[in-house]
Amino acid sequence: MRVCVGVDLGSTTTKAILIDEEGKIVGKGITNSRSNYEVASAVARDEAVTSARFNLLARKLEGLKGEGATEIGALDEKLRAAFRLELYLDELAALRQRVTEVVAAAGVRGTAQVKDALAGIFDRMTTDASALFLGGDARKSDFFRDIAGAAFMHAAEKLANERGMRFEELTWPFDRAILDVETELRELDFAATLGRAARRIAGGLPEGAKKRFFEIVDSVGTEPIDEVAFSGTGYGRQTLPFPKAAVRSEILCHGRGAHRYFPGTRTVLDIGGQDTKAIQVDDKGVVTTFQMNDRCAAGCGRYLGYIADELNLGLHELGPLALKSCKSVRINSTCTVFAGAELRERLSLGEEREDILAGLHKAIMLRAMSLLARSGGVKSELTFTGGVCKNDMATKVLRELVDENYGSDITLNAHPDSIYMGALGAAMFALDDLRAGKANLLVVKRPDKQAMKNYANPDDACASCG
Amino acid sequence: MSLVTIGNKGLKGAPPAGAEGSAVTVPVTKDASQQRQKRMIAEHFDRLSTAKEDGKKVAYTFVPGNLTELMGAFEMLPVLPEINALQSGMRGKSGAYISEAERGGHSEDVCSYVKCDIGMLRTGNVGPTGKVLPKPDLLLLSYTGCFTFMKWFELLKEEYNCPVVMLHVPYQADGIITPEMRQYVVDQLKSDVIPQMEQITGKKLNLDKLSEQLARSRRAEDALVKVWESAKNKPSPIDGYFGGVYYIGPIFSAFRGSEDAVAYYEELLAEVNERIKDGEGPMTPAGVMNNQKYRLVVEGPPSWTHFNEFWNMFSNEGAIAVASTYTRVGGLYDQGFRHDPQDPLGTLADYCLGCYTNRSLPSRIDLLEKYIKQYSADGFLINSVKSCNSFSAGQLMILRELEKRTGVPGAFVESDLVDPRYFGKANIENRLQSYLQMLEARKSGALAAATAEKPFVIGSNP
Repeated sequence: MRVCVGVDLGSTTTKAILIDEEGKIVGKGITNSRSNYEVASAVARDEAVTSARFNLLARKLEGLKGEGATEIGALDEKLRAAFRLELYLDELAALRQRVTEVVAAAGVRGTAQVKDALAGIFDRMTTDASALFLGGDARKSDFFRDIAGAAFMHAAEKLANERGMRFEELTWPFDRAILDVETELRELDFAATLGRAARRIAGGLPEGAKKRFFEIVDSVGTEPIDEVAFSGTGYGRQTLPFPKAAVRSEILCHGRGAHRYFPGTRTVLDIGGQDTKAIQVDDKGVVTTFQMNDRCAAGCGRYLGYIADELNLGLHELGPLALKSCKSVRINSTCTVFAGAELRERLSLGEEREDILAGLHKAIMLRAMSLLARSGGVKSELTFTGGVCKNDMATKVLRELVDENYGSDITLNAHPDSIYMGALGAAMFALDDLRAGKANLLVVKRPDKQAMKNYANPDDACASCG
Repeated sequence: MSLVTIGNKGLKGAPPAGAEGSAVTVPVTKDASQQRQKRMIAEHFDRLSTAKEDGKKVAYTFVPGNLTELMGAFEMLPVLPEINALQSGMRGKSGAYISEAERGGHSEDVCSYVKCDIGMLRTGNVGPTGKVLPKPDLLLLSYTGCFTFMKWFELLKEEYNCPVVMLHVPYQADGIITPEMRQYVVDQLKSDVIPQMEQITGKKLNLDKLSEQLARSRRAEDALVKVWESAKNKPSPIDGYFGGVYYIGPIFSAFRGSEDAVAYYEELLAEVNERIKDGEGPMTPAGVMNNQKYRLVVEGPPSWTHFNEFWNMFSNEGAIAVASTYTRVGGLYDQGFRHDPQDPLGTLADYCLGCYTNRSLPSRIDLLEKYIKQYSADGFLINSVKSCNSFSAGQLMILRELEKRTGVPGAFVESDLVDPRYFGKANIENRLQSYLQMLEARKSGALAAATAEKPFVIGSNP
């Protein structure tokens, strides 16, 4: 399969989309942007390749239906989960190795007791891993840092209690090691990993189906996926060694991606981590004009992040909580920091959290409305994209404000994949380049592991603070 | 406007704009006209530094609606606080000057030219060439559309305790200059401005001398107009915005009416003609700019604190300014106005009434529309500065109206004159690149076909 790759390097997450030569989406991947954009874009792209292979796999698995395997959908799901588990275990092994190195280099802090306790923590994490992925419970995050972090802290807390140690004695090696591990690019042997995952879950299948299942898994694992064109966009695009010709503005990409999903789109509202864009596009998805926030990131995703921190909530919990509100509290502050202060003041006055949150969502969307107006308003069909469109309260308020300002005959679109619109637009530009015979490729330098280790070896000038 | 050629490190044979790594490390070559301008400025500041010993009188005044020829006829030396402020911005000093003024009680929202000037004054009044500026004998307040000018000179009056004479120029609200408006300005020249100058210098006005000045102005203006119009060539031999602010240096400031100015503009025109003959673009900080992918018209002043950085953002993308309104703030010669030696006072009135800052929004739109069409521009860009409310107000309306009239898309960026805190490089660069890529995409039109996937609609559609 030949694919065109689009990567969108956001301030919070990095997204990749693969499309085939007909422009059909074949894979998508997302990862946290870390402090290393190069690694983030390579990881997102690897994720997209993985997802493309799984899409291929899903189609082939359909063929098993006649061979006694009835629950194909469930099998596919289970295989994906098992694959994630294998990846997690690989990465966990790398983390364990790195933690061991960090402790070994730490001098007096790395006592035998600490070393032994850490070994115990990692044993537990390894044992618990299977239930995390195959247990059927939803995870809050798919990013290694988040899953491993939560598992580590959980195990460390228990172990510290059991052995009468201080929790902090056990957490510092993790904090030092996680950054190295998540910014290290590992080569993924897809076929081998998928093979292991398949064997882990194939137990219940009838013999004939099992044989066919392994054949399919092996064929998908080795199916070549050739990247023939690349284009990059997003906040971090300037810091990457992309060839200039392969870099596209995120405004163009978001406009085009949104139009690709909803061809009737004439206006796009994109609210990302640190900027908001109001974009007008023509009937071909080409941007005709746009407005962006300037100087101030109030009214962007980070605003919600800040509020979530203030309330000790997860970002994904804000929308559902705000939806429970019966009356919206008016928030006057346009500045994120002042809104935080206003939030505390309202809470102390006895207002309900959900009502204040409803007010904060409205405050954000009012800013977006002003940007929309500056860009020329909303004429027929508005598509909402970016991380914030995953928040149901934000979309609800937007719908209300659009009704109020532009009338209820405006179509408002959002797509579960809205966060990928920028990457999709970039992939489409890559396809244009390919067709014009000007394709670029993303070459990622795999870092020199030895050099990295030397760099990351902790300098123990501070170890004496304990 | 720039009186000092700063950082124009271009050279012939440098990598073309847009090439990777266009940093220039080879020795600097400057056009002869640029060298001449630099010399003229140095001499002017020398004259200012010894003005008191030489018995010369000094007037502080503003660029829009300036009465340079009249001052020249009295042999008074002009100091232009706006230009000092922008020079301080280019030399990286404005941030500290503005802080100084803010410590003195000026709000963050006060015009940054004013605060920069006040800060410079409070810290020794050292001019751009390193020499101390003389105190004014007269504050000549030409009022052309900027209310802040009045407040600014009220502040300077406090500092210097010297006479202020105000020339009130009526605003062209209806886009025309009536005979009554003209007469009103001429009357003020006769009853207020000239008597005040006569009193300060102890000389009677010599009308013949004024006419000679005006005749020289006219010659320089003729040459400048030809320079502006040269941008109709492809490639354009000039950059009509970033390069343009160097070109307007002499004529909008202390030199109009002088032999020096005539020599400068004639030399500049000859250089431009030479480039047209060779099919060559102008010098930019990134080298000679022959790769001209986008022809833009620009509205609004540049950000002086990041002048070269801002310019490079254009040159690196192959964008050249073919015309700009900012380079017309000190006179709209390309729209036909010339100083007339036969009618010295009337012509000064016409000049003041006609300057860009004194024009209404509709006539600014008309002018921009004309430029977009006459210079066959691919796009236009508005740099909206925070400092200047009277100038920036309505610019979004200008943008929409121009898009409607010309079908050419516009871009909008925000920065400031000399307050470095308001220049967000990443933000401006992002907008500019997005805009230029948008022009490119609209031009090429060859996009991969879009096949929609099943949509998911929020909310109800009745």
